Amino acid sequence: MKIKFFFFTFIYLLSFFNFSYADNSEKVDQISKNLRCLICQGQSVYDSQSDFALSMKILIQNKIDEGKNDEQIYNFLKSKYGEWIVYDPEINKNTLLLWVLPLILFVFGGILIFRKVSIK
Amino acid sequence: MIKNIKLIALVFLIIISFFILLKGLNKTNNYSPNLNSSNIDFNFKAKFLYSNEETTLNELINDKDFSLINIWASWCLPCRDEHPYLLNLNSLGKLNIIGINYKDSEVNAKKFIKEFGNPYSKIVVDPTGVNSIELGAYGVPETLLINNKTQTILKKYIGPLDNEKFAELKKIIKNEN
Repeated sequence: MKIKFFFFTFIYLLSFFNFSYADNSEKVDQISKNLRCLICQGQSVYDSQSDFALSMKILIQNKIDEGKNDEQIYNFLKSKYGEWIVYDPEINKNTLLLWVLPLILFVFGGILIFRKVSIK
Repeated sequence: MIKNIKLIALVFLIIISFFILLKGLNKTNNYSPNLNSSNIDFNFKAKFLYSNEETTLNELINDKDFSLINIWASWCLPCRDEHPYLLNLNSLGKLNIIGINYKDSEVNAKKFIKEFGNPYSKIVVDPTGVNSIELGAYGVPETLLINNKTQTILKKYIGPLDNEKFAELKKIIKNEN
């Protein structure tokens, strides 16, 4: 019984080494989750293990080490790869419909429900 | 009557979807950013393949009119297909061809050059892939035509060079002279 207990604690403590070996800083994870992996289909840079995504994570770490803030990193990548790389598109004339359409649908749906209720 | 309208609407919808999907077939999946927005940073640092010295892109670009930056790796099969085109372009003598060796081992890279010939005037290594991202690249192989005087990207080819791209490159070099 004592051996079992000792063994269990040993394995339990061993699992903590994972945290110390996880070298990606939280900041890199945070930023890479907002970036689209351009050569993968439907994955973020954070999720992907492709060469492109791995390099991108190193680059982000480098930029953080240089003292760049999130905004500067996003802008840098946008200038290289275009608006497409970020998941959160800016509002401009190309993306206006994307932003406004849900609102219109919401209002339209509200009107439908309102009319149905008031008829009853 | 209502049944008819439903049927007509359904057929109409299917026809519209068919044409939308048909149009989508011809579109390329690869998204590539506008060229005029992708200015290159000419100050990135990289090491040479054949020596341990560090250099910057500024130093690599020499007094010829155009530079061709080619990102390659020995493990990349399409790179073998496009290699003859690079050798051919080099023989024209108007291009300064710079190779960026992407995520490769030094031994394999040198073996590759020994086996297939060396079209590059200079080769730098990019073991982490960071330099390629600074250039706005997606992976291997990728080729960028740069105007040395204005320091802008004239043309960007994602994927291996082929007859069509080769002809286009030749035309651009001729016209701009």
